[in-house]
Amino acid sequence: MPAFLLKRLLNAAGVMLAVAFLAFLIFRFVGDPVDLMLNEQASQQQRDELRVRLGLDKGFVMQFATFVGNAARGDFGISYRNQQDVFTLISERFPATFELVLVATFLSLALGIPLGVYTAIRRDSLLAKALQFVSVLGVSLPSFALGILFILVFSVSLQWLPAFGRGEVVQLGWWSTGFLTPSGRKALILPGITLSLFQITLVMRLVRAEMLETMRTDFIRFARARGLPARAIHFGHALRNCLMPVITVTGLQIGNLIAFALVTETVFQWPGMGMLFVQAVTFVDIPVMAAYLIVVSFIFVTLNTLVDLTYAWVDPRLREDALSGGANAR
Amino acid sequence: MKKAWLLAAAAAFALTGAAEARTLKWGAAREIASLDPYSFGETFTLSVLNHVYEGLVRYTGDLKIEPALAESWETVSPTVWRFKLRQGVKFHNGDPFTADDVLASLARVSHPDSPLKGNLPAYKSSRKIDAYTVDIEVEAPYPLLLNDLTNIFIFDKKWLEANNATMPTDVGKGIKGYATDNANGTGPFIVESRRPDARTVFVKNGGWWDKPKHNIDKIEFTPIASSSTRVAALLSGEIDFTNVAPLQDLPRLQSSPDVKVLQTNELRSVFFGFNMRDKPFESDVKDKNPFKDIRVREALYRAIDIDAVQKRAMRGLSRNTGALVAPAIPGYEPSQDVRLPFDLNGAKKLLADAGYPNGFSFQINCQSDALTNEEEFCQAVAAMWARAGLKPNLNMAPRAQQSPKRVKGDFDVFSFGWANEPMIDAYSLLVQVIHTKSGTAGVFNWGNWGDAKIDALIDKAGVELDTPKRIALMQEALKLLKEQHLFIPLHQQPMAWATRSTITATVQASDNKPRLWLTVMK
Repeated sequence: MPAFLLKRLLNAAGVMLAVAFLAFLIFRFVGDPVDLMLNEQASQQQRDELRVRLGLDKGFVMQFATFVGNAARGDFGISYRNQQDVFTLISERFPATFELVLVATFLSLALGIPLGVYTAIRRDSLLAKALQFVSVLGVSLPSFALGILFILVFSVSLQWLPAFGRGEVVQLGWWSTGFLTPSGRKALILPGITLSLFQITLVMRLVRAEMLETMRTDFIRFARARGLPARAIHFGHALRNCLMPVITVTGLQIGNLIAFALVTETVFQWPGMGMLFVQAVTFVDIPVMAAYLIVVSFIFVTLNTLVDLTYAWVDPRLREDALSGGANAR
Repeated sequence: MKKAWLLAAAAAFALTGAAEARTLKWGAAREIASLDPYSFGETFTLSVLNHVYEGLVRYTGDLKIEPALAESWETVSPTVWRFKLRQGVKFHNGDPFTADDVLASLARVSHPDSPLKGNLPAYKSSRKIDAYTVDIEVEAPYPLLLNDLTNIFIFDKKWLEANNATMPTDVGKGIKGYATDNANGTGPFIVESRRPDARTVFVKNGGWWDKPKHNIDKIEFTPIASSSTRVAALLSGEIDFTNVAPLQDLPRLQSSPDVKVLQTNELRSVFFGFNMRDKPFESDVKDKNPFKDIRVREALYRAIDIDAVQKRAMRGLSRNTGALVAPAIPGYEPSQDVRLPFDLNGAKKLLADAGYPNGFSFQINCQSDALTNEEEFCQAVAAMWARAGLKPNLNMAPRAQQSPKRVKGDFDVFSFGWANEPMIDAYSLLVQVIHTKSGTAGVFNWGNWGDAKIDALIDKAGVELDTPKRIALMQEALKLLKEQHLFIPLHQQPMAWATRSTITATVQASDNKPRLWLTVMK
């Protein structure tokens, strides 16, 4: 196991270095932060001085080396826009994003799995066909359009749910949670559904396909022949064999959800990491952008590793491979 | 952020027996950068922080300068101003306000690393005469010190020292500050709590020195970046006020019985400028720069059908202008606010006279995220110039990408907006944009325009302490500019606020700064 983990860690470091490098390449085309940091009254001399103080006059390689050197020490610098420590900024925003992703993941499993099983078992019923059709819509509807639609219906017309924000949050150490107050729970509903809709349809279609596959196998036929009740067959035998890809996809999708939460966050003014990143892009706040990309890639890498480990734990056949580092979650 | 004195203030407030706390929920388009007014010289951030901190002087609702923390002032010599401070003013934590606080604040804001240094350009030093008298010395005779001081808010020296925040924050050195997340001013509202990107709460300062015109007990400030969400929040009653009502949604807002739209024009004037270097940047004319010929510039001016731009690109909300500064700006002159009439045939004839009967190609540099409806008006004007026989190429990208090109001079024509903030005086435009590049002047002179005659007028106006004389000098400079058609003025930008009917009175000035201490609720 230690060898496996070490290999993984080296992998992760390599991935993150590559991400940082690509990010820095992109920043060269984002534009000039100095112009946005000073107002109309600043003189040319002040502009030049600021450029030098930020180290923007140095070459690309120098800037990148400085960044990596500082980042290795855990120092991501301070934000150009509000002079706060970047890491603090991101860790303040992380709970909001994480809770939203948690709700979306829960919804996707709680709704996606039963719906998938139902559409697989009652393949020819009208409801299953209708669900199939709706799921195509769910995959193709962009989340910002969906979010606005939800706001119009549930906030403006019905006035049931808030259109923006997290409501009241409770501070638990450095973590802020919206689960403990009524307004906080209410505020999670619309963005949670918006973020999870694509995910629900994904899980549902995946479960359906896997179920249909499994239902045709021999051991299900034997189970039927043994006279087991349908429920035991569907949920005990068939579904258990479908969960493998669902675990994989859900695990890998959490990274995607965190990354793509930024659209939903922007629509609902959800004070999470995505919101922070979008604002950083507008202001060419390079330290924040760089740190965000590093953090998100770190999350991706961690999740990948966890999925690999879970795989090895669920399926004994893979353990041998995993140890030799040959397993890859796909 | 639990502070004993804040609780005391809240308790005192509870004792006054207010039946119900009047809370104004403010939905803004973006978050303020920080609670530290010296950390980011952005007009909007400063306008929000002005509810907490105050300067020695302030603008009234109609943009006149009036006393705030200073009661009166006089010039002792051409370069020394003496300020008599208001007595009996207390900071939110109870510390008394004295001359020491002014000195500490001026030292912090004028520090070489201070991001806000540019807002106090002429400052040299300050001296304490007694506990309530301060002398401020400037480098040279400088008529606009008061204008600058409206934006220099005063900190509590004791509080800065106690929290190790006497130095400004500095991105270059990675210096953060206590004042970034905490505030202690003298203003009408006290910061109660702050969650960046979510909500900042201000409560009424019962011990404010001024007689409150407002009746608000609490302000909940929330940034809502997505404009559709902001509109929805206003319609559903989750916010009472927004200082950025999206222009495309105004009809929708106006049709709601509970919402009132306040629409006017900003101080920001929008115009096109020309590259006046020897060679054009991207044109089929190689040997000379066509824009150096006044007939070409006039042709471009006459080819613009401003009414069509106003109606289509600006949704009928902009104010057409012939002047480069808005009416509220000192230096504005009504006789200069007359446009050349739209005259397509005249434009074609002028181009032919200048030797371009078949037009020529050139590049227009516009930004997709800077001015109001910039893409729309740039496209409209480019089409109009094409109709006059020219071949404009529109280059459109976000501001952050266009700025470096503009600074280098990589353009032929560019769109530009200037608000004259924070100075609120035409001198801002004249010295920063119009003046030829020299020393600190002409930072935005990206196209090498201007001449010695105009420069001389600007330099004179910069040291003239007699206001009527100074304004006459500026008007003269602006007149020369206009005669040479160095710029093509378009309009003053529209701006719109929207309130719910819970708000009965508010003051909207063309500097687009909400002043909630002048706002009354039901």
